[in-house]
Amino acid sequence: MSIDTASQKATSQVPDVSGRFGEFGRRFVPETLMHALEELTREYERAQQDPEFLAELDKLLSTFVGRPNPLYFAERLTEHCGGARIYLKREDLNHTGAHKINNTMGQVLLTRRMGKKRVIAETGAGQHGVATAVACARFGLNCVVYMGEEDIRRQKLNVFNMRMMGAEVRGVSSGSKTLRDAINEAMRDWMSTVEHTHYIIGSVVGPHPFPMMVRDFQAIIGREARRQCLEAETRLPDEVIACVGGGSNSAGMFYPFVDDETVALTGVEAGGRGPAPGDHASTLTYGHKGVLHGSYSYVLQDEDGQTQDVHSISAGLDYPGVGPEHSYWKDTGRVNYVSVTDDEALAALQTMAKLEGILPAIESSHAIAHAFKAAKQRSKDEIIVVCLSGRGDKDVYEVARLLGQDLD
Amino acid sequence: MTEQTRIASTFSVLKEAGHLAFMPFITAGDPDMAATLSVIRELGDRGVDLIEVGFPYSDPIADGPVIQASYTRALDKGLHVNDIFDGVRSLPTEELPPLVAMASYALLFRRGVEEFVKQAVESGFAGFIIPDLPADEAGDVGKVVQSHGADLIQLISPMTPKDRATEILKAASGFVYCISVAGTTGVRDDLPPELTEQLNWLRTQTDVPLAVGFGIKGPEQVDILRDAADGVIVGSAIVRMMAGLGTSPEGDATALAEIGTFAESMVQATRKK
Ligand SMILES: Cc1ncc(COP(=O)(O)O)c(C=O)c1O
Repeated sequence: MSIDTASQKATSQVPDVSGRFGEFGRRFVPETLMHALEELTREYERAQQDPEFLAELDKLLSTFVGRPNPLYFAERLTEHCGGARIYLKREDLNHTGAHKINNTMGQVLLTRRMGKKRVIAETGAGQHGVATAVACARFGLNCVVYMGEEDIRRQKLNVFNMRMMGAEVRGVSSGSKTLRDAINEAMRDWMSTVEHTHYIIGSVVGPHPFPMMVRDFQAIIGREARRQCLEAETRLPDEVIACVGGGSNSAGMFYPFVDDETVALTGVEAGGRGPAPGDHASTLTYGHKGVLHGSYSYVLQDEDGQTQDVHSISAGLDYPGVGPEHSYWKDTGRVNYVSVTDDEALAALQTMAKLEGILPAIESSHAIAHAFKAAKQRSKDEIIVVCLSGRGDKDVYEVARLLGQDLD
Repeated sequence: MTEQTRIASTFSVLKEAGHLAFMPFITAGDPDMAATLSVIRELGDRGVDLIEVGFPYSDPIADGPVIQASYTRALDKGLHVNDIFDGVRSLPTEELPPLVAMASYALLFRRGVEEFVKQAVESGFAGFIIPDLPADEAGDVGKVVQSHGADLIQLISPMTPKDRATEILKAASGFVYCISVAGTTGVRDDLPPELTEQLNWLRTQTDVPLAVGFGIKGPEQVDILRDAADGVIVGSAIVRMMAGLGTSPEGDATALAEIGTFAESMVQATRKK
C-alpha cells in the first residue's frame, strides 16, 4: 500500500479481508482450524447483513443485558481531581457485571446460526466465563470454560457462579496457570471438536475473524457513550480512557471514536510491580512484535520468541498479548498507551468506592487510576469519559487479602 | 530446481525399494541437548529415514499433553534456540537421516525468517515444519526455505476441504504432512476410516510423497497405511519414552534402548512386505 492511499483511508477501515489491521492480525493457526475460521468469517458477515439477527441481538441487549447503560457524571471524583469533568460509562451495570456479555450475546447467536450445540471459552477474571455460561444457559447450549488454577483461586466467586449456570469449569495447571494457558487449552479443545463446537473468545485476540468480531460486538459501548456524551454536553469528549487486557472493552469503547480526530484515546495497561520483565503485563508499552494465540501483534516475549510470564493483581489484565487492532492503533499513533501499577489501581478502587459509592473491578480500576492523573492535567471545561468495564464484587476476596483482611 | 532436495531424494530411494518412510519426532533439549544428540544417533543407527526435531515453544497449541509437557521441561531448564543449532551443528548430519525442524512461527518470526532458516540449514537441517503457519501465510517463508535448498513441509488436515487442499498442494515440497485426526498430537487407538479415503484422493492430486502423523502409536497401524501413504510419523509415543532420559546413567541406557528397539520395529514394519 502506498503512503498516499494509506493516509486517505480512515483509521476505522480495518481489517481487510485477510484480517489485517495494517500489518497486524491475520491467522497463524494450525491447518485444522483454518476451514472453521473461514466458515465463521462467512457466517459472521452474513449475520451482519441479516436484519433478523441484528434485531434479535438488540432485543437481548436491551431486555436481558440491560442496555443502554448510563453515562454517569462522577461529580465527587471530578471535584476530588480538580480538573476535567469525569464521566463513567457504566458497563458494570450490565447483567453479570461487566462488558464481556456484549460479546457473548453476539457470539452465542452466531453459534445457534451455525447449528453448533457446544460452546467453549477461556476466562481470566471469570467475567467472560460467567458471561458465556449465562449466554449458554439462556439458550440451552453445553458450555465448558477453561480457567487457570491461579485465577480459580483468586476469582472463586465467579467459579461458583459459572457452575451455578450449568457450565463445566476446567482448571488449567500448565504454564503460569493464568489466562494465557487457559487460551492454549481452549484452542486445543477446539482443534478436536471444531465440527460441532464454537469457541467464544473473550477478547479482541486470536486469529481473524475474532479480533474484528469481538470489537464489533463491543463497539456498542463506544456508540452509546458517544451519543450520551453529545446529549449531556452537546459535544464530544476530549479524552476517552479504558483499560487494556486483551483489549476488548477498550476496543469497543475506542472504535466509534477512532475517526473523531479531536478525541484523545488512552489505553491503560497493567503495570504490576514495575517495569522489570515478569513484573507487569504492559504488552504495548514493553512488548515486541510477534505471534501469539494465532495472531500477529505486540507480545511480551524473550529474545527467542518464547512468551514471557506476566504479573498483575488483576486476573483480567494478566495477559502477555494484546489484540492486533491495538498494535495498529499504537503504531499509527491513534491511541496512546500507558501503564498503571498494582498499587495505583488498588488505591483508585478505594477512592472510587468512598467518593462515588461504586466498587469497580480491579481491571477497571486501572483505567480510573489513570483518569485521576489525566483529569488533573486538564481544565475544568474539558471532558473525560472512562470505561468502567466491570464491577468489583468478584474481587472482594482478593482485595481484602491485598489489604490484609480476612473474609473467611 | 533440477537438483533434488535431501528429503525428496530420501523418498525417491524408498519408493524405488517399495518401502514407507519412518519418521520419528523428538523434542530437542528434553532433558538436555546431549541426550537429544544421543537419541538422534541412536535413531540413525536403527535405520530411521528422517528425524523431526521439535523446537520447544511456550504456547504450542497444536500439541497434546505429552509433547507440551516435554517442551515445558526443556524450557524450564533454560533451553535456547541457539543450543539446538549448536548441538545439531556438532553432528555429522550428512551421514544421518535428514533432519526436519518443527518450530512455531513465533520463533522464526522473532529471529527473522531469513536468519532462522539460514542458521538452521547451516547447522544441518534439511526441512521445516511450521505447524502454526498456514499455507495462506507461508508464501514468503517458502521462498526463503527454498533459496537455502531446503523444503517447507505443508500440512493437510481432515478438516481441509478439497479446494483448499488443491491450493496447499501447489506449494508442497519434500513431503506433505497429512494429519490423521482433527485434534492435537498424541497417541490414539484407531485411525479414522476417512483417512485412507483422503489419502487416496490426495494421491490423485500430487506426486509429492504423503506422510501421516498425529496419533500413530506403533507398527500395528502401519499396515492400514501401507497402500495409501509414503511415510509415517510417530511423535508422542517416542517423546514419552524420552521422559526416562536424564534420570540416571542406567535410566538413560534403558530409555535409549527402548527408543532404539521401538524405532527398529517401526523401520521393519515400514519396509516392503
Ligand atoms: C471488568 C473487566 N475489565 C477488563 C477486562 C480485560 O479484558 P479486555 O481488555 O478484553 O476488556 C476484564 C477481563 O476479564 C474484565 O473482567
